Amino acid sequence: MIVRRAATRPALVRAAWHTGTVTTAASETASARRIVLDVPTWPGNDAGQHLDVRLTAPDGYQATRSYSLASSGPGTSVELVVAEVPDGEVSPFLVHDLRVGDDVEIHGPLGAFFVWRPPSDSDDRAGVRAVQLVAGGSGVVPLLAIARSHVAAGDTTPMGLLYSVRTPSDVFFPDELAAAAASGAISLDLVYTRSTPPGWAEPPGRLTHTGVEARVVPAAWDPLVFVCGPTGFVEAVAQSLVDLGHRPSSIRTERFGGT
Amino acid sequence: MTHLDGNMLAGTFADVFTFDVTTASARCAGCGAVAQLATAMVYVSDAGSVVRCAGCDAVLATVVQGEGRMWFGLRGITAVEVRTHPVGDV
Repeated sequence: MIVRRAATRPALVRAAWHTGTVTTAASETASARRIVLDVPTWPGNDAGQHLDVRLTAPDGYQATRSYSLASSGPGTSVELVVAEVPDGEVSPFLVHDLRVGDDVEIHGPLGAFFVWRPPSDSDDRAGVRAVQLVAGGSGVVPLLAIARSHVAAGDTTPMGLLYSVRTPSDVFFPDELAAAAASGAISLDLVYTRSTPPGWAEPPGRLTHTGVEARVVPAAWDPLVFVCGPTGFVEAVAQSLVDLGHRPSSIRTERFGGT
Repeated sequence: MTHLDGNMLAGTFADVFTFDVTTASARCAGCGAVAQLATAMVYVSDAGSVVRCAGCDAVLATVVQGEGRMWFGLRGITAVEVRTHPVGDV
């Protein structure tokens, strides 16, 4: 029996509560912050997984929110990029108030559904499927983790990242993505919804069904497709993919809301 | 009200179950569809979470967290499949 690479296999480790210490807190864009935590008890995580961050107020009130991990692998350094939701309970604190040296309660690694691992040498290459990543705004974070794991492994799986973003200055990790694209490790396709770089061929606009059709690995290749972004974006893209003939079971989605 | 995915319940379930519940499949009592919890629609409010079938919108389950307790309502699930070891692609 050939056991094919399955993105749904159970995570190797059980989730637990951990304490992380902030080692880096730096602006990634005008409204998002890159936060790196040192978590001595972290068991490592798969690309695409998330964690829950729990904040406790002096009066004991607690608020918990989920954040995707930009990092993966066996290390104890955990990287997040948190986009501020202006009226949120948790993200404004993480974006503006968290300081290097602060301790944060985290729960993870979480989720064995929205994950991808580079095929190993023992895998049947015929079973390896192309990967299409589709990001809306800060939904790029878990997809970046997937692209990074692909690059780090020197993996040859065809992988494309379609990244819808408001403006050039809202792109997360632009240099790293450009380098990955320049090396041929991934194909990168940016769609700007509000403003474009000078001389950009297309006017700004939302990713449409036609845009998905033109830019996504065709259904005939039977790719695994990971879509992450705001609910409306994910709904529209997932519907387009199904209409284009992609198998629903090959489409993995992760929506995020305004919290 | 907008919805999220079953994915986001991973942390809630991980507090009480020893496996990742979001990759378990449930059969909807409304339409009979079998789908992984991660693909269900989740509506979150301060009162708790309502999990609905992505196929027919019927309520599958409710999850309410209280002080030191959790309640699971499973009114719309007639069967659950749990993977006990890794298997091939789905």
